Amino acid sequence: MALDTAAVRADFPIMCREVHGRRLVYLDSAATSHKPRPVIDAVTDYYERFNSNVHRGSYQLAVEATEALEEARRKVANFIGAARDSEIVFAKNATEAINLVARTWGRANLGPGDPVVITELEHHANIVPWHMLAAEQGIELRWIPIRSDGHLDLTELDRLLDGARLLSVAAVSNVLGTINPIRQLADAAHDAGALMMVDASQYTPHLPTDVADMGADFVAFTGHKMCGPTGIGVLWAKPELLEAMPPFLGGGEMILNVTKEGFSTAAVPWKFEAGTPPIAEAVGLGAAVDYLTGLGMEQVREHEVALTGYALRTLNQRYGDDITIHGPTEPAERGGVLSFEYKGIHPHDVAQVLDRSGVCVRAGHHCDKPLMRVLGCAATSRASMYVYNDESDVDALADALGEADVFFIE
Amino acid sequence: MPDLEDLYREIILDHYRNPRNRGELETPPAVRAEGFNPLCGDEVIIYVQVADGVIEDIKFGGQGCSISQASSSMMSSAVKGRTVEELQQFNHAFRSMMSIEPDPDDPAPTNGNSADVKLGDLEALKGVVKFPVRIKCATLSWHTLTQAVEEAQADS
Repeated sequence: MALDTAAVRADFPIMCREVHGRRLVYLDSAATSHKPRPVIDAVTDYYERFNSNVHRGSYQLAVEATEALEEARRKVANFIGAARDSEIVFAKNATEAINLVARTWGRANLGPGDPVVITELEHHANIVPWHMLAAEQGIELRWIPIRSDGHLDLTELDRLLDGARLLSVAAVSNVLGTINPIRQLADAAHDAGALMMVDASQYTPHLPTDVADMGADFVAFTGHKMCGPTGIGVLWAKPELLEAMPPFLGGGEMILNVTKEGFSTAAVPWKFEAGTPPIAEAVGLGAAVDYLTGLGMEQVREHEVALTGYALRTLNQRYGDDITIHGPTEPAERGGVLSFEYKGIHPHDVAQVLDRSGVCVRAGHHCDKPLMRVLGCAATSRASMYVYNDESDVDALADALGEADVFFIE
Repeated sequence: MPDLEDLYREIILDHYRNPRNRGELETPPAVRAEGFNPLCGDEVIIYVQVADGVIEDIKFGGQGCSISQASSSMMSSAVKGRTVEELQQFNHAFRSMMSIEPDPDDPAPTNGNSADVKLGDLEALKGVVKFPVRIKCATLSWHTLTQAVEEAQADS
C-alpha cells in the first residue's frame, strides 16, 4: 500500500508552520529529518514520568528509566535485524560510532602501512577518523573511485583490497544518492581478509535494514535522520568484535570494578557507553523506530522511489540542459537525494532564492570535499526527500528555482 | 523576510558578473593567501603586492557565491593603490557596517577614524546584514586580504 503522505504530514507538527508567509517545503532531510508527534511525546513523557539515572538506582523510577533505555535498544535491534540487543551500542551520532571503531578496534588492530579502504563518496565522518589514524599510527588510506554516473568504479577493487584490513563504505551517498552494492563489497572485503564497516546514515532511515543481509561487521547510523531526536546514534557490530575491542571513553557505566590500580570493564554493550547515556534520546529513537515500522519500511522506500522519479522527471523536463542533477539517473538505484547545479548559479545563491518561497535546500559541500573535487565543483544545491514530502514539494522547488533567473541571468 | 533585492543589489551583481582584478600575481614579489568558508566551501585566494606601505597591486581568485565574489571584486577596487593604514580603516569600517565587533587580532587603525571612511561601492553590501548567514560570505575576502598583507609586511 502506498504511503498516505497527507496522513504522514499530519503526524509532523512542524509541517504546520509557515516560512516567510509561505508553507514549509522541507527538502533537507538528508541533513536531519523532522520528528513526528509520537517521538516528541515519547521524549516529553520520559521527562514527565520516568526521568532518573539508569542502571544504578534500586528505586522504582530508576528501574523504569533503565527498562525504557533497554527497551529502546531492543527496538533498534529488531529494526535492523540484529541477533541480540547487546550488539547495539548507543553513541552520540554516526560520527561518534565510526570514531569509536577507529579509536578502539583501529588502534588495537592497525599499525603502520595497514590499508583501510574507503570511497570517493564518503561523508567526512568516514574520512577524517581514518586520516587521524593515519597520522597517529601510519595506516594507509586507499580510495575506491567513482564513475561519472555516480556509481563506484570497482574495476580495481581486488587490487585496492589486497592486504586491506578494513573496507568502510557509505550504503547511500549523502550527495549523489547512489546506493552502493554493500553485500558485494562485504563479500569482496571478507575474501581479501578485511572487515567491512557500513555507514548506514542515509540508508537505515530510507530502506529496510538487515545487518546480516549486508554481510557487515560494523554498521553505524544516526537517530536524527530517521525521525528520532538529535544526540543519539547507533553502532552495531558482531558480538565477537565488541567483546575483543578495548573500551572507548572511560568513566561511569562502562566499568565492572575500579581500584587504585586499575579497572575492569562492564559487559558489552555498556563497555562502550561511558557516563550517563542519552536516555530520553534513546527513548525517542525507540519511538521513531516504532513510527517507521508502523509506516512500513518497504512503503517508505516505495514512496521514495516514486517521488525521486517524479523529481528527476519534473526538473529535467522543466529545465533541460539548464540543470545538472548528479548521481544515478534510475530512481531504483538511488535514494531521494538530489544534488544539482542550475544555470551555473552558485548554490548559496540558489538556496537563498529558494528560501524566499519557503523551500529549504542545502547548499555547500555537504561534508564531502573530496567528492566535490571529483565532481569538479566547489559546492552543489541539494534537495533531499522523506516520508512527509510529496509531489507538491517537488513542484514548489521547480517553481521557485526559475526565480533565481531574475537576479543572476542577464 | 527582508527583500532579496536588498541583498542582490545591481552593483553587487555587476561586480559578480564582471569581476574587477580577478587573476593572479607572480609570487614573489606578491604574497598569496587563501581563505575558506568551511560552512559552504567558498574559497578566496588573494594576491597582494605591497611596497613602502602601499598596496601596489591586488588580484583575487577562487570560487564562491555572488556575495563572496562581488565582495572580493569591490574590495580589490577599493584598496588598490591605497596605503596599508587606509586598508585598516576600510577593514574596520566594513566590519562595522557588517555589524561585527572589532576583532582583537586585527590591527586597529593607527590614525584617522574608520567612521569617516567612504566605502563607496562597498556600501551596497550593507543589505547582507539582513541575511546573517551571508555575512561570512562578504567578510571572507577581507579576512584573507588582512592575512596576506600581514604576511607581506612580515616579509619586507
